Amino acid sequence: MNISLRDPNIVMKLSRLGSFHQSKLSFLRSFLKEFKDWEYKRDLFELNEHGYGTAVYSFKKKNRVYSLICFANELNEDERSDRVIATKWDTAFTLFDGVPTKHDIERLQNEVPKQEFGRLSFKELTLSRANKSVRVFNHVVESLSKGVQPDRELLDKVGYLYRTTAVYGSGKFGLADRFRIKDRKEIYGPFRLEMMLVYLVRQFTFDQVNHVAKNKNPKKAVKLDPEICRNLGIGNSTGLGMAPFIVNHPTLLNNWISARETSLKKIREIKNISNEEVGLFLDCLKKSIKNITSWNTESEYQITKIKSLLTDLNKFIMHLDKEFNFKQDFAFNEMYLHLEKNYCEECIEYVVSMMMEPFDDIVTPLIQEMSSEEEKYFNIPTERTVADLKAILENKYSEILNIDFSKKENNLNFWFISKNKEEPRIANRFDEMGAELEQPLAIARDIKKLYDLLSVSKNSWTIAKFLSTNNELRHVVRRAFIVEKFPYSEIQDNTIGREIMPIDMLRLKLSFFGALKFDPRSDKWLRICMFQGAPLPEQLKNYDDYWVYN
Amino acid sequence: MKSLSEIETVSKRACRAAGYSWGVAEEVAKNIRLLEIFNLPGIKNLNSFFKKKKELRLENISLIYKDNEANKNGYCPIIAGLNCLDQIRTIDNLNEITFKKIAYPLLFLPFISRASEVIGKRIFLKMDDREFLLNFNNNIYSNHTKNEIIESAENIYLKVLENQDSFEEKEWNELYKLSEETFVEENESLKQGGAGAGLTDND
Repeated sequence: MNISLRDPNIVMKLSRLGSFHQSKLSFLRSFLKEFKDWEYKRDLFELNEHGYGTAVYSFKKKNRVYSLICFANELNEDERSDRVIATKWDTAFTLFDGVPTKHDIERLQNEVPKQEFGRLSFKELTLSRANKSVRVFNHVVESLSKGVQPDRELLDKVGYLYRTTAVYGSGKFGLADRFRIKDRKEIYGPFRLEMMLVYLVRQFTFDQVNHVAKNKNPKKAVKLDPEICRNLGIGNSTGLGMAPFIVNHPTLLNNWISARETSLKKIREIKNISNEEVGLFLDCLKKSIKNITSWNTESEYQITKIKSLLTDLNKFIMHLDKEFNFKQDFAFNEMYLHLEKNYCEECIEYVVSMMMEPFDDIVTPLIQEMSSEEEKYFNIPTERTVADLKAILENKYSEILNIDFSKKENNLNFWFISKNKEEPRIANRFDEMGAELEQPLAIARDIKKLYDLLSVSKNSWTIAKFLSTNNELRHVVRRAFIVEKFPYSEIQDNTIGREIMPIDMLRLKLSFFGALKFDPRSDKWLRICMFQGAPLPEQLKNYDDYWVYN
Repeated sequence: MKSLSEIETVSKRACRAAGYSWGVAEEVAKNIRLLEIFNLPGIKNLNSFFKKKKELRLENISLIYKDNEANKNGYCPIIAGLNCLDQIRTIDNLNEITFKKIAYPLLFLPFISRASEVIGKRIFLKMDDREFLLNFNNNIYSNHTKNEIIESAENIYLKVLENQDSFEEKEWNELYKLSEETFVEENESLKQGGAGAGLTDND
């Protein structure tokens, strides 16, 4: 049986992309899988009694070493802020390529805590900072120093001791450019080094809390129970900074979605599903429910989504238990068709993620294809014709071409870069100043403009001739030729309309990161938790790929 | 040291701020990255160009012909370069073209380097007395290595070089003969047992 890949006109709608969930393809899971047999070490731990100082952690295999350098500094209460406008943090980190010398650490001690205002070098790969959840951290210190374990309910609710507010890589602030390291096999999956940084930071938070408790009461203090540690991750506050990323990296976006879609297609094409595979799927699905019930949000939009997800999932599980026949041919295809017909988008995509769990042989090879050599597709094939380009637009942007951008509601917002923080923002173009400095993220509107211009141009013209007088739309000409080759490279929605939910763009990216606990605070930012439940570095040798559901 | 990613991002934004469209700014950003990789002064020239752009009153060329002569102020290097890149197949057919005066010609150069990759042919570029051999965008061979700002070039000559060997047939044959010394002479036994296929290839 040959199942078609899902239609980009369905999959690439923002509401659908914003319904994606973590899966076996997620970067933090694939990172752990890749590095499970690397040698982990704490190389340096020079903290004072209050937990301030320097620490170094490393992963090593043969001649390759990656070292996390941690700087913990004293911070006044009034200086602690999770906002991007903050200038000081409890801790600052960089992932160093190799083993840092004393001189490297001294150099970085002056730069890393400054974050965006510091200068890094090609020896450093990623950069980040994190703030304590003061309430949780202090509670844990107090408890441990008295010889008792902390309140698990409180820890479960918050989920972390520290939260990061940004993780930078790929050449930012002088960090190593990707071209220097892209041929290393261990980092073929996207964001591997960012994941490594966060994972090692998590271990630092446990070591630091144990250290402070021990110094507070050397005779009575106990260490934080490893089981409790396992259930703690690293928090992360994420705002609009992430949203334009998926528009600005079309081939990368395509490769992420394509891996997911190809997995689904191949799974639907399996004729006979073994009992073991069915058991694993059902086990993951049922256990995963606890992740959803732990989501807290004040956003009405998200509350409705989560509620309908839970209702649908319970109904779906009941259907599987009572009515569904896994012995029938192409059972997963039948199950998928049933899902599409009867359940909400959030539930469909949730189950799609779960369907991948039993099929390592299908999913794992696809992880290698989730990076992209974006440079290869940059040049516009100017020998092609206006007729070719028009056909691409009609074929790949059919619904977008129907949007009427002369209506205010379809052209309401604009994306811009804030001067204060050099971060992307969105605003109402009719109420706010600055629309003339709009970023090129209104792809749907510009595609429509391009189509209108092409319609009054000669079909036989080459793109070279068309561009010689129409370079103002060059950015979307490039995109159209990319989407011709990469069907999942474009969001099939209007990113400047009244109905835009930027959080859908964030959720898409975070689902590929592997975030478990979404805590949307509004339609523009959310908190997540990474690596909650993940094995600790010293447990990696007995790595269990299904840790997410334990 | 600035990373190439920083160089690209800042060049793109600056180019947009200087009045070019986002699509053009993306091209320029890639070019400046390229110049800096080749150790040519991209940032230096771009910065100087943007500072003087308004007062220069440059001409924007759209279609490229065999001989292109600008007004007294010269052509804009970005628009001229972009159209050369886009129209490189036309230029390939013309084989050689000239420009009279291009401002900041170093900013024109990377477009031609990229064009060399697009058509898979080397391009020879002469800007007054500065010569550049552009090798498929893999490297640039030049007699100009100064880290300086070049405000304009009066005479620009561009020639597409046909793909041809750089050596004599005799030299090739001599080398080939030497390479044959790595082969094993087949006796009857090796002929029968060494090949993967049977002795007849039509059974």
